[in-house]
Amino acid sequence: MSVPGKTLPTANLTRREFARRAALAGVSVAAASAIGALYRRDDPRPATSADRRFEFGTYAAPDTAGRLSVVTGGDRAGAVGRALELVGGMGAFVRRGERVLLKVNAAFATPPIVGATTHPEFLEAVIAHCRAAGAAEVLVTDNPINDPATCFRLTGIAAACERAGATLVMPTDGAFQRYTQSGGRLLCDWPVLAGPLAGVDRVIGLAPIKDHHRSGASLSLKNWYGLLGGRRNVFHQDIHTIITELALMFRPTLVMLDGTESMISNGPTGGSTADLKPTRTIIASTDPVAADSLGVTLLGRRAEDLPYLAQASARGAGRMDVERMDVKRAQMG
Amino acid sequence: MKIITARRISQVFFLALFLWLCAVSILGEGWWQWRGWPVNAFLQLDPLVAIATLATTGAIYRGLIWALVTVIATILLGRVFCGWFCPFGTLHQVLGYIGRRYMRVAARIRVNTYHPAQAIKYYILLFMLGAAAWNLWRPVSPLFRSTLQTGLLDPIPLMQRSVNLTFGTLADHAFRPAAAGQRHYEGALGIGAVFLAALLVNVLIPRFYCRFVCPLGALLGVLGRFALLRIGKTHARCSDCRLCHVDCEGACDPQGHVRPGECVLCFNCTDTCPDDTLRYATRTSAAGERPWPGMTRRSALVALGTGLAAAPLARLSALAGTNFVPGVLRPPGSQAEDEFLARCIKCGQCMKICPTNIIQPALLQGGVEALWTPVLNHRIGTSGCTPNCVACGHICPTAAIRPLTIDEKLGRGEFAADGPVRMGLAFVDRGRCLPWAMGTPCIVCQEVCPVAPKAITTSDVFEEVTGGRLHVSEARDGVIEVSGVAWLPGQWATGDFHLQGAGGQPRAIVESGERTLRLGAEGEAVRRDASPHPGQDEEGPRAGEDVRIVVRLQRPVVSPALCTGCGICEHECPVRGLRAIRVTAENESRHPEHGVLVSGKKG
Repeated sequence: MSVPGKTLPTANLTRREFARRAALAGVSVAAASAIGALYRRDDPRPATSADRRFEFGTYAAPDTAGRLSVVTGGDRAGAVGRALELVGGMGAFVRRGERVLLKVNAAFATPPIVGATTHPEFLEAVIAHCRAAGAAEVLVTDNPINDPATCFRLTGIAAACERAGATLVMPTDGAFQRYTQSGGRLLCDWPVLAGPLAGVDRVIGLAPIKDHHRSGASLSLKNWYGLLGGRRNVFHQDIHTIITELALMFRPTLVMLDGTESMISNGPTGGSTADLKPTRTIIASTDPVAADSLGVTLLGRRAEDLPYLAQASARGAGRMDVERMDVKRAQMG
Repeated sequence: MKIITARRISQVFFLALFLWLCAVSILGEGWWQWRGWPVNAFLQLDPLVAIATLATTGAIYRGLIWALVTVIATILLGRVFCGWFCPFGTLHQVLGYIGRRYMRVAARIRVNTYHPAQAIKYYILLFMLGAAAWNLWRPVSPLFRSTLQTGLLDPIPLMQRSVNLTFGTLADHAFRPAAAGQRHYEGALGIGAVFLAALLVNVLIPRFYCRFVCPLGALLGVLGRFALLRIGKTHARCSDCRLCHVDCEGACDPQGHVRPGECVLCFNCTDTCPDDTLRYATRTSAAGERPWPGMTRRSALVALGTGLAAAPLARLSALAGTNFVPGVLRPPGSQAEDEFLARCIKCGQCMKICPTNIIQPALLQGGVEALWTPVLNHRIGTSGCTPNCVACGHICPTAAIRPLTIDEKLGRGEFAADGPVRMGLAFVDRGRCLPWAMGTPCIVCQEVCPVAPKAITTSDVFEEVTGGRLHVSEARDGVIEVSGVAWLPGQWATGDFHLQGAGGQPRAIVESGERTLRLGAEGEAVRRDASPHPGQDEEGPRAGEDVRIVVRLQRPVVSPALCTGCGICEHECPVRGLRAIRVTAENESRHPEHGVLVSGKKG
């Protein structure tokens, strides 16, 4: 065997040495030719993401369609309990052993007092009801606008999860999968926050009630915007269509709107308690369009002022004619 | 226990501690996050940081007083910091050890013998102190001001910056991929290359950096001039086997005339000396010693003078004055630029702690002086500057970024009269902004503006769309039909398009077919923020009328009186290349002369 750097003795080639060398040369030729297997004629094109397609599951609890309750007065946690009671109790939506995902609005890195995000007391109350109903696991997630870790910390949502025993799921890069809505115009091959939804039985949306300059109001349907990833800001160019398509992505188990303090101006970030109005209302519904149609009135606006509600209801995402629905109302102290 | 074992334990412990403190420099309340960890401990024990900032600011800022511990230890014991504590020195020693294993004994003796070029580090030190010295005579002309450049080569800031921004960041992603998003640092390659080069050269010459480059080593070498204890020989004459040079870390010539200023107290010589001639003791070496750095007084003055000249030369370009670079945005609470450059040691702590990763090491955009100082980059990171965060000023070891309270940053409470701290001002680029230039609704910037009341408001208009001039051929029950078009169904029913007749108010289009449009009921015509005109145009367009499709555009307008320059708008702008709204250094609080408004207060 030759050693690199060593001079080989000059000698006549023996038969044995020739055979050895020929065998090694043959193996080398075969190895070199094997690289030819990587030959390809088609030119490289940008990757398409036909693989890893994501589909939403069925989250609506059976026989709960069209339930809607409005509770005014009372403290936040108490009103949450009453509103849930009026739509049949959390037990009607969450069965023992089920996994529940709570989609909060944690969009901004602001403290709870400015009302730009789902209030931790509101979240904590709902987590407690889910656990009391026997949920095996309660997950909480959002893909915020500001830095995610900072948002969850400053909004008090991380602490609320810890106190009430829910798991906070971060919107990491790996958590997104491509989703295409059949009949969708904007949601085509778009990254959605699929990680936290994996293996989840129920999805509950928990949103504050906020002014929103571009769309009119940020309520339970706009809250699903936080399930989008990628360069989602382009959807502001067609805000009503995107919210309509968000409404058609899936039927949630339940949505709840926290109008204890509604952000009536400077939304959706607020930043000052001067933007808040103590409307003292909690809305719960299995129909997000109906919930939003009622919720927007707390901002002094009408459902007809929000084109996306008309579009979503026209496409079957829910009902706008709440006056013809069986609204359970209660007034607390 | 042998003394070199104790030294090794100390080195490993302090290297591990250093890396641990880098790892926990993350904003948060977990035990593995910042909380109460003394994350600046090594920077504060570094006397070069303290002395250089003392020269530039006339004060020793807060924790920098800890440098006294190192100074006193060095005065009494010599360069114990270099051989026992310095984490960068430990890395050099390990790599030098590996490199030496492949050398013959004669080569090891040769490479570990004093070289006259080891005086270079003293010149570097004098040059940097010269550049930092001008503020000792303040106030003088704005040209003759200190520039603090020790951080470029001072080993603790250098290693802090390198671990924070390059290898630490990579390790972070490898070990905790789910904990945080991908962090990025502009020009990290350059920072990493300096670090790697300094380490790899050890394979050729052990402790190359410590011997030839390190300005801190030079400072400690001078401070240890009168050390009570020092390495030396007990007899002038020994067997001259030179085994003491084989593993000598400092190349301080223990066999000949020892140089205490070069000795890093590794104790390898006392360990290997076969005759037990070498001791660490109070006596001066029996063979004599060379206590002063190997440079002449004249060359030392030249180095100092060059540094003194360099600082005003750098200021001639007026980058800290009228020629300020509008793209150089400093973190909230940063000092005015010339004070900033007199304080920043380029350690990268603010860049590591920033939860949104927008604090980035500057390249040369702010001038050579500002290399690797913190600047804001709103394209990198997870958001702009979080209004409710003041982490950078609280970690900054030298107050180049002042520690603010949330109240001071937001201009609340006792700071209400001053208004918020402004880092710059956002400008809408009307040639790139979708509603201004492209007839497309957007206003993401207005939505995300965190200021209350919003610093971005909208100017609302109805603009005719391309191909929007129509002639109504039929009109009945709010539905109009036009000829000569072939629309996509639903094309005009997104909620943003309206139909406007001659002189009438625009009315919302709620359904659109291939040739038909249905208009919303009166009242849907205009949104809440426009004033409706009931009664007028109630019938809608009639057959034969000329109408036009208009799109309702909300165009962003920035109020310089309210904008804090947080950059969240720039970060979120959907024009992803050159953003259509960008923050520049106009109006920044730290330079009142950069203001754009006539009123000095709040604006």
